[in-house]
Amino acid sequence: MSSKLTTSNRAGWAFAAPGIALIAVFIILPFFFAFALSLTNQRLISPNPTQFVGMQNYRDMLSVSVLRLAPDRDDAGQIQRDAAGAPVYPRIRDITRSPDFPQYRGMREWFRFHMGETAHVVIARDVVFMKALVNTLTFVLVVAPVQGGLALILALLVNQKLRGITLFRAIYFMPVVVSIVVVSLLWRFIYSPDGGLLNNLLSALTFGAFQPVNWLGNPDTALPAIMGMSIWQAVGFHMVIWLSGLQTISPTLYEAAEIEGASKWQTFRYVTWPGLRHTAVLVLIVITMQAFALFAQIDVMTRGGPLDSTQTLVFQAVERGYGKQDISGGATISVVLFLMVLAISLLQRWLTRERA
Amino acid sequence: MASISPDNHGLRLAVRYAVLILIALIFVFPLVFMVMSSLKPAQQLLADTASLRAFLPVGDISLDNYARAFQRAPIGLFVFNSVLVTGLTVLLCLAVCSMAGFAFVYLNWRGRDLFLSIILATLIVPFETIAIPLLLLVSKLPWIGWEGVSYGWLNSYRVQIIPWIADALTIFLFVQYFKGLPRELIEAARVEGATWFQIYWRVVMPLSGPVLATAAILKFLVMYNQYLWPLIVVQQEKYRPVMVGLQYFFQLNIAWGEVMAYLTMITLPVLAFYLALQRAFIASIASTGVKG
Repeated sequence: MSSKLTTSNRAGWAFAAPGIALIAVFIILPFFFAFALSLTNQRLISPNPTQFVGMQNYRDMLSVSVLRLAPDRDDAGQIQRDAAGAPVYPRIRDITRSPDFPQYRGMREWFRFHMGETAHVVIARDVVFMKALVNTLTFVLVVAPVQGGLALILALLVNQKLRGITLFRAIYFMPVVVSIVVVSLLWRFIYSPDGGLLNNLLSALTFGAFQPVNWLGNPDTALPAIMGMSIWQAVGFHMVIWLSGLQTISPTLYEAAEIEGASKWQTFRYVTWPGLRHTAVLVLIVITMQAFALFAQIDVMTRGGPLDSTQTLVFQAVERGYGKQDISGGATISVVLFLMVLAISLLQRWLTRERA
Repeated sequence: MASISPDNHGLRLAVRYAVLILIALIFVFPLVFMVMSSLKPAQQLLADTASLRAFLPVGDISLDNYARAFQRAPIGLFVFNSVLVTGLTVLLCLAVCSMAGFAFVYLNWRGRDLFLSIILATLIVPFETIAIPLLLLVSKLPWIGWEGVSYGWLNSYRVQIIPWIADALTIFLFVQYFKGLPRELIEAARVEGATWFQIYWRVVMPLSGPVLATAAILKFLVMYNQYLWPLIVVQQEKYRPVMVGLQYFFQLNIAWGEVMAYLTMITLPVLAFYLALQRAFIASIASTGVKG
């Protein structure tokens, strides 16, 4: 492609330099900065000089241990039981504060499960981070397939040849142009326990049998409620990407399928879906990246609560890096987040690779 | 099975439309509710949610909520800030990214391919993972103003504009588009003795309407809806954009009527803009899906 006419180092540099410089300073530099800062105790404003602390931040965040506890027994060897008849176990505080177990110092109970009469207690140095990590992964693992799938169904619906179909396409896409902050505040009202639209609707549909739910105030429903709203807001975006993929599939393939007498499902399975392979990778990667970045919904709707059931990695990174001015803590979470985004993108690329 | 009677066909068509309309209602109802509620006094707003009246402009309709919203927050200032930051960033972004795209497609220079691949690699870095280190960086950056050199960009317009001017996606869009333009045009202009800037400005830019529109729409949506970044770099009311200004409305006792009025004010212009140009909006999103 190159020709003498277009060779010019000076002009090339002059045209590209502003863009390259801005991306270098405001994207690439902070990206490497995040790794460097995560190895220090940097604060936003501090009278003390910043120190190198090695992997300390990662140890503080990621340390997890399992304690296996046998129930307390009385002198006769009988299991002690509380008023409700449940076995009594040693208190975790007595272990994490005991000088006998310096390795557990500062750790707190994350969750526990029982096998027989032995209690397995998972303790973590940073329980809030662990909850944020699990919530974020849950959000990604639910939202990516559900939103991607619904977006594909919508794309197939608006790809029909019907009068007025562009109007429906335009309506399905509409929430995408509305700010997620606006949407979050709006849905806070829809989910509200008193006078919220969702409770009223469900109660009307069940003729009053439905008991009102405090969607955002209950640890079991808060994250699913945020998932539902996020999908509602963004599904139109991915519908459009699927749609552009659908329109690259040659009509002659569909004609051939029709001549062969293929059913609708067969046409989808053997004509449409193979033609969407590249689109599928793109849609999944984009949704995954957007899902990992979950922040505004949390900030506006729940601020991580109730009981940390909606903590997310980005919310924690901002809470620490900005709220508590703990830049190194925020940077450490950012690095963990980036590594997860990278890992999942590579995994999706590999899972959806062209099979030879 | 093979023959479909006309009745059957009509029924199937009706079912198809019914499905499409039902789904449309799911996407529209919160927005209709927002606009209608903004016109109602607080008590009626809550009472109406129990029936379809929630979606109708009925009862005691007025613009009182709007008047009170203006008393609660300096809305004019927030809108001005958002328009200024969004407008300037979009313009600068178009200039910087189209020039970079021009250099990557039409010019041969040392390092070209390397820099292009580095820029495209930044596509997988979500902004949220660099926000905190970037916060520290901009809190220390120097600035040369009228009063000489100062340090720290927090609480300013520049901190909301400059980091957002160049981005990999916009450069990628220009590169893709320029690759499709006939190269002979550029070479012919070069033979006739035009400078590179003249070729960029007089030959390439006039042909770039579609990609400029796409890039401008995408950047507009990102900038106008910006939340996390202004939240952490702007504490002074003076520089706050509309989305951060929302915080004035979700304090302890939420006055939902005023909230709905504010949401309507900052959303309706964008929705109107979208509905007027919906083909262009949808085409812009679709073009991000075209892999190079």
